[in-house]
Amino acid sequence: MANKNAQLSLEELERIAEKILKLSAADETEVDASAGTDALTRFANNTIHQNVAEHTLGISVRAVMDGRTARATTNKTDDESLRRVVESAMTLARNQPENPDLLPMLGKQKYQKVSRFFSSTAETTPEERAKAVTRVCKMANKATQTAAGIFSSGESRSVVANSRGLVAHYEQTRAEFSVTILEPNSSGWAKSNSPDIRKIDPAELAERAAGTAAGSRAPREIPAGRYTTILSPSAVLDLVGFLFYDFAGTAVLDKRSCFTGRLGKKVFGDNITIWDDAYHPLQSGAPYDGEGVPRQKVLLVDRGIPKNLVYARATAKKMKAKPTGHGFSLPNEYGEAPMNLVFGGGDKSTDEMIRTTERGILVTRLWYIREVDPYEKILTGMTRDGTFLIENGRVSGGVRNFRFNQSVIEMLSNVEMLGPAVRAAGEESFEMVVPPMKVRNFHFSEVTKF
Amino acid sequence: MHDLANLAIETAKRRGASYADVRLMDIRHRDISTKNGEVGNLAESESLGIGIRVIASGAWGFSSTDRLTKEGVQACAAEAVAIAKASALAKRENVALAPEHSHVDTWQNPFLKDPFRIPVEQQINLLLAADKEMRRVKGVTVAEGSMSFRRIDQLFVSSTGSSIHQIKMSSGAGIFATSFAGSEIQKRSYPSSFGGQHMLQGYELVESFDLVGNAQRIAEECVALHSAAQCPEGQKTIVLGSSQLGLQIHESIGHPIELDRVLGMEANFAGMSFLTTDKLGKLKYGSDIVNVVADARLEHGPGLGTFAYDDEGVAAQCTPIITNGLFTGYLSSRETAASIGEKRSGGTVRCESWNRLPMIRMTNISINPGTWKYADLIADTDDAILMDTNRSWSIDDKRYHFQFSTEIGWEIKGGKQGRMIKNPSYSGITTEFWNSCDAICSRDYWTLWGTPNCGKGQPQQVMGTGHGASPARFRNIKVGVAFAK
Repeated sequence: MANKNAQLSLEELERIAEKILKLSAADETEVDASAGTDALTRFANNTIHQNVAEHTLGISVRAVMDGRTARATTNKTDDESLRRVVESAMTLARNQPENPDLLPMLGKQKYQKVSRFFSSTAETTPEERAKAVTRVCKMANKATQTAAGIFSSGESRSVVANSRGLVAHYEQTRAEFSVTILEPNSSGWAKSNSPDIRKIDPAELAERAAGTAAGSRAPREIPAGRYTTILSPSAVLDLVGFLFYDFAGTAVLDKRSCFTGRLGKKVFGDNITIWDDAYHPLQSGAPYDGEGVPRQKVLLVDRGIPKNLVYARATAKKMKAKPTGHGFSLPNEYGEAPMNLVFGGGDKSTDEMIRTTERGILVTRLWYIREVDPYEKILTGMTRDGTFLIENGRVSGGVRNFRFNQSVIEMLSNVEMLGPAVRAAGEESFEMVVPPMKVRNFHFSEVTKF
Repeated sequence: MHDLANLAIETAKRRGASYADVRLMDIRHRDISTKNGEVGNLAESESLGIGIRVIASGAWGFSSTDRLTKEGVQACAAEAVAIAKASALAKRENVALAPEHSHVDTWQNPFLKDPFRIPVEQQINLLLAADKEMRRVKGVTVAEGSMSFRRIDQLFVSSTGSSIHQIKMSSGAGIFATSFAGSEIQKRSYPSSFGGQHMLQGYELVESFDLVGNAQRIAEECVALHSAAQCPEGQKTIVLGSSQLGLQIHESIGHPIELDRVLGMEANFAGMSFLTTDKLGKLKYGSDIVNVVADARLEHGPGLGTFAYDDEGVAAQCTPIITNGLFTGYLSSRETAASIGEKRSGGTVRCESWNRLPMIRMTNISINPGTWKYADLIADTDDAILMDTNRSWSIDDKRYHFQFSTEIGWEIKGGKQGRMIKNPSYSGITTEFWNSCDAICSRDYWTLWGTPNCGKGQPQQVMGTGHGASPARFRNIKVGVAFAK
């Protein structure tokens, strides 16, 4: 890729961090220096209509002055700008009340190694992305379908260092392909992402989306109601993704979590087990949190019972727990959250889920999901890009899209079958490892016009 | 900075671009939040860089960098051209742009008090004073407040001779009370939810809210919601407060009129629109009293969609979107306007930052005031639910079917506002909903609300949009579905 020299190396970022730590007269100083390159090819109507690249740099400084802390950020690396960003952080920190929860910064730590940087991804060129997209557009044209989507690739690296000697660094690549195939009255969708671009097959994803579009032609309108529903991993992800902050110690402390008063009690079905595991082979992200605390694998839900929460350092102190390495960069009011959720899966195939369903709905993708009730965890949203009726153990055709109003707590108590957990990509949540699910009594409340 | 912008244009042209434009942007943020008597977030940031957009071989290319050296800008311009040539591999036809005169101009939105010059201590103290008032009310479990300020200093230069310097300063603030009791979490916000109210103004906007004076009221309402009656299920008349109506406009008018969405460019992510081009000038979008405009001009008000020129150098305009109920206009760019045979872009293209490609975004999409006094509207309503302050929002990917819920509601019975209602929600089909509007309050009750968090595009861009609205009444609307068992 051209303009490669815009991307600073880990060593260069570390040198900038060292320079800032020397410049700073604050009681304590923390530097988060990051650099990234991202490129994205976007297509619609069987042609590329947007093709972009960006090179970014962020130098973020947190200063502590007399028990107060604040952050200032710049994307300039000249000496004057670095001096100014340190001064801004110190000035902001000084001009506020003392923070009784602020802890001394963390010293040197040891981190488990994760390998999530692939040169195959980092070296992807605009021409390579364009060729893959061209092939997909030609496939769609040939089938008198219309393709729209994105193919992106990028890399990022970051260093967290502080005046107590902590130095943590991480680099990763990312690639994503998402495709919607349109027909006059139906559509299909598929999406995949990975740190390693070689694990993404645009043509296979396009074929899958094309099959969904063709299979859901001329959708029938059927009444809203409660149906046995088979949810793709992407649909599961976009629903259960709304639970992630509920596992934060701060959310329970603030009584904003749906697990307030429910920890240790049976909340979901026996077949629901959830971990947070940054080291899972299908996960991505740094092995440390916003303060540089090493991430731990945490069992959040054990066979339907919420067992553990995650804690930033300050939250852990307040709640008499141990930090788990899930804190956000300070200062913040949210505390922490598990960012690498992994659901236990099962061994049922989607075909078997369909075969065992007398009357039900098969969902490809969900859209515009929002929380209606934070404690019962009722979510609303729409189905999209391939919604099917199942009758007598087989898919009988496409149906018009539904609105749902469904409690996630109820849904995870009604799971009849689970498939193997996969790295799923959706639209409402960051990537997680989740299985497809067959759920009874899923509540579709209304039908739209298409 | 002009030299770097011109260097980018020259480099792009030398590399084979038939058109190029650049946005050099210097963006500054200040964000403050408080929670339960303590400072939550306190941060400032600055970001300076250049975005270069070109047409080469008949296709688009875009690249951006924060390396503002001669070499960095030249490399970025060269990359933009190389990307355009790669795009041309899958082009069907050459990009064509609707014409626009070149403009050389300087503009800054008016404001009285620069929020970045107000001591941060003063801003924190205001939030903490409101926080204290909220926590005085028994039953409040979380009291929060936030302020955010943004200054964008941007230079637009194009290969067709435009050179436009604009400075945009925006401010916003809000306070929020949350209460947990039994098995219920309730929340009240002021002046609006999801970050409060935001406008293209200075710190005087925050001072105008009287956050401290309203803190106890919203805290008491929040706690009282636990013992309020549940919103019924069925078909009802509803009256929407102006901030909720602003979001209704955003979702069910603002997004479907985006011409890039109509033409399929957003099909993979944000979706498409039911407003296909055959409906322009023909569709009865709303009742006869519904008049909606897309107005980016300062005379419309200092909204988050106000500017002098958009981010492809087109002068701010007012486009009639719905005229006496009839669908009359789209939001367009130079490319999309040309593709449907319009003579000129509607001037609605903006980008979140220097590293993002400009795209069609809502400006100020506002419903014109009606004639009703608010008290008269309530007195004229026999049986309805008044709903105020958004709590959740969702709409399908063609913008037909929506569902909203609000933080609070009240019964209206026999022309009088009665008991409080909790968990209000309503749903419907866009055109059926707007055709059921039979009363809109007058200019005295009209507020230009700011939505600071509108997401669109891939990579996603967050943009502020404006929505002027006054309370309005809608007949025969489905209510209560969100909580139906």
